[in-house]
Amino acid sequence: MIGLAHFLTVAAMVFAIGLYGVLTKRTIIGILMSIELMLNAVNINLIAFSHFITPEALTGQIFAIFTITVAAAEVAVGLAMVFRVYHDRNTVHAARLDEMHW
Amino acid sequence: MNELAYTAAFFIFAAITVASAIGVVTKNDLVHSALLLALCFIGVSGLYVLLQADFLAAVQILIYNGAIAIVFVLGTMLTRRSARHGTNDTEKNIPSRVVAVVSGLFVVVTLGVIATTPWHYFGEGVVEDTPSLIAQFILTDYMVAMEAAAVLLLAAMIGAIVLAKGVEE
Repeated sequence: MIGLAHFLTVAAMVFAIGLYGVLTKRTIIGILMSIELMLNAVNINLIAFSHFITPEALTGQIFAIFTITVAAAEVAVGLAMVFRVYHDRNTVHAARLDEMHW
Repeated sequence: MNELAYTAAFFIFAAITVASAIGVVTKNDLVHSALLLALCFIGVSGLYVLLQADFLAAVQILIYNGAIAIVFVLGTMLTRRSARHGTNDTEKNIPSRVVAVVSGLFVVVTLGVIATTPWHYFGEGVVEDTPSLIAQFILTDYMVAMEAAAVLLLAAMIGAIVLAKGVEE
């Protein structure tokens, strides 16, 4: 019997993988991909809770729609910034973008 | 039999999701990472189908696979350097083993919390027609939030154009 705990387990694993990627990746694009993994884990959690705890209200699914909206906006702005940084500095490595690092 | 099929489908989609997520963070080539990210999104949308969120499964495939993964591939191609090393290496100065152990500990702690929490299930309420219900909610109770999301998308679009193109003129 597949229950809520199974879905939460998958979401926790995907979130931890995304966390690892955010902390270890060299390029900004790799970090953005890992952030997307974490947002997907959150969406799985929201929809699983919506399905098992409040099946009629659908609140979790509507929350997930807004999360997807914010994720799309984040990717658009983030990749535009990556293009800009690449155009100006000729690199996308996060460690070399240290002008604001005192 | 139905139960068995559900269980098998869950484990297949969960395996696809977790395995391709691991591939995203461990592959050294950014294009491979982007394609595995698309596969991971497909696995997640399969999980949504199992959770009876059919509208969100379609939205997941349309937005994440159709837009976000493609934009990632495009961004990879436009910022490609001469690849002496891999394009998606892990940072040398960061102890990645320590980070892996910390992430594993995070999973263990979360699993402990999940196992010890007493969940109160409210039955298996079968919702047949998710899209129309979601549409009703979005256009009545959550209308202000939806308008805010629309403004956010517009602002993101303008910001992305200005950032990527510049404001020389």
